[in-house]
This record gives sequence, C-alpha cells and structure tokens, in this order.
Amino acid sequence: MVDRSAIGRSFTPVTAHVEPGRLRYFCEAIGERSPVYRDAQAARVEGYPAIPVPPTYLFCLEMMDAENPFEFLTELDIDLARVLHGEQGFTYHVPAVVGDTLTFRSRVTDVTEKKGGAMTLIAVVTEVMRQDGVHLADMTRTIVVRNPKAAST
Amino acid sequence: MTQAGSRSVGDRIVHKTFAPIMRHTLALYCGASGDHNPIHVDLDFAKKAGFPDVFSHGMLVMAYLGQALTDAVAPKNVRAFSTRFAAITQLGARLTCEGHVTELLDHNGEPCMKITLAAKDETGEAKLLGEAIVAR
Repeated sequence: MVDRSAIGRSFTPVTAHVEPGRLRYFCEAIGERSPVYRDAQAARVEGYPAIPVPPTYLFCLEMMDAENPFEFLTELDIDLARVLHGEQGFTYHVPAVVGDTLTFRSRVTDVTEKKGGAMTLIAVVTEVMRQDGVHLADMTRTIVVRNPKAAST
Repeated sequence: MTQAGSRSVGDRIVHKTFAPIMRHTLALYCGASGDHNPIHVDLDFAKKAGFPDVFSHGMLVMAYLGQALTDAVAPKNVRAFSTRFAAITQLGARLTCEGHVTELLDHNGEPCMKITLAAKDETGEAKLLGEAIVAR
C-alpha cells in the first residue's frame, strides 16, 4: 500500500506536442463547437497566435505522449482498477496553442489515508513548461485508491 | 450590490445541457483524451473491478464543465479551474453544467471573479463541484 514515503517522488518528464488533428478529434469527442477551438482565423481574431486548447486538454496531452501514461501508478504499485479521480485543478499562466511543445513534470506532494485505511488519497502536482522556457501552467490532481479490505476489519 | 461591468455576485452566467453520455461517447473520449483506462470502456474489466457497468471518465465531465464555462467567458480570461469529483457519472447521464458568480476579487493583482460551478445529472445529483477564477 502507498504510504507517506512516496511524498516527493517524481516521474519521467513527458514532452507533448499540441497537434491540430488530435485537438480537433478531442473537440469532436466532447462536442466542442466554439470556433475559437476549431478555426485558426477565429483564434487570431481573439488574439491567439494559433488555435488554443480547451481548459482540460493539458491533462490529456500529458497522458497522450507519455511512454507509460500510468507510470506513477505502476511505480507506486497501485492497481489501475482501484483508482478513482478525486480532484483536478488547473492554473493557467499563458495559453497553450497549436504548435506548442510542452514538458510535464509531475511529483507526489501528499499521501493521506481516509476511512481507517479504506482509501488512500495521493496528491500530484504537475508543472507545465513551454519549449521556450515559459512556465505555461500548473496542474494538481488527487487520486483516490480504494484499498483492499484488511482481513481484521 | 457588488458589480463588475455587467457581472454581479449571484448571477448565473454559466448554463449548458449535454446529450446523454453513451458507450460511444466514452469510446471516443478514451481515444481522444489519451486516457485509456479500460474501466471506462471495457465492461468485463469494470465488472471485475467491482462496478456494475462502465462509467464516465471524470475528466469527460470536467471537459463539459469547461466547455460550459468558456461558452460564457472568453477562454483567455480563465486563470484557474478546479473541480472535485463528487460522484461517479453513470452511462446515460444527461448533464447540466451551471456556474454562478460568487465573489469579485483580486487575483495576483488582477480584477477577477470567482465562478462556482456544478455538473449535475438529470436527477439533480451533483457529479462535479468546482470553481473558476476568471479575469473581468
């Protein structure tokens, strides 16, 4: 079971490209029809250098281009079938747009047990940097692990 | 009353309803999002993990909430966006995403508003509860 010794663990940085075709597919999948996310001209009118990404897309980019998208689970010996997403947050410093190359660096910032050990909450912070060194965004997430029932309970 | 342009505390500025979440929706989101966790698309895997059926990615619902948000405010004005996943979103759920202005505040020296957000299913159960900080 994951314990507080995992705090501070970091994982292989992921470099991801904001590609127009994949972004279009994402917009289709979520039914996003807003021209700013689909049309370069509309994006330029809004002041972007290229089509920007919708608010949650940074989370997806990290998983898409990771060698092992569930690395932190395998590294911490957590069964994927026992994981739920508890919380997710984004802080945006600069918009991500088509053509950007972004690097994601994630680390564990907290591990807490809940409900007498029935659940473990793992907090992970991810820093997102652009190819030119600009600090683009930060992501925070809390993963909930449903632990196997202890024999004594 | 506290006012910022045409936005006032208490205003419901975000409101959007979405089509029911189908297996096809989850399959498309699985591919498009890079989240290939089989629990959302493979019934056998979901049952083995103790769930009666596959269920929505929390991040699909957050994507809907984000879409409702940036329908209402310019995407470039969104400074922060966060949610808590309060309950599992089942197949067939018809979601309504809403947001109210709950505070006018300064965020890193910039005039902003806090929008309190919720995604609820057709029974009114809250699936996601969150907030956004948006420049005004």
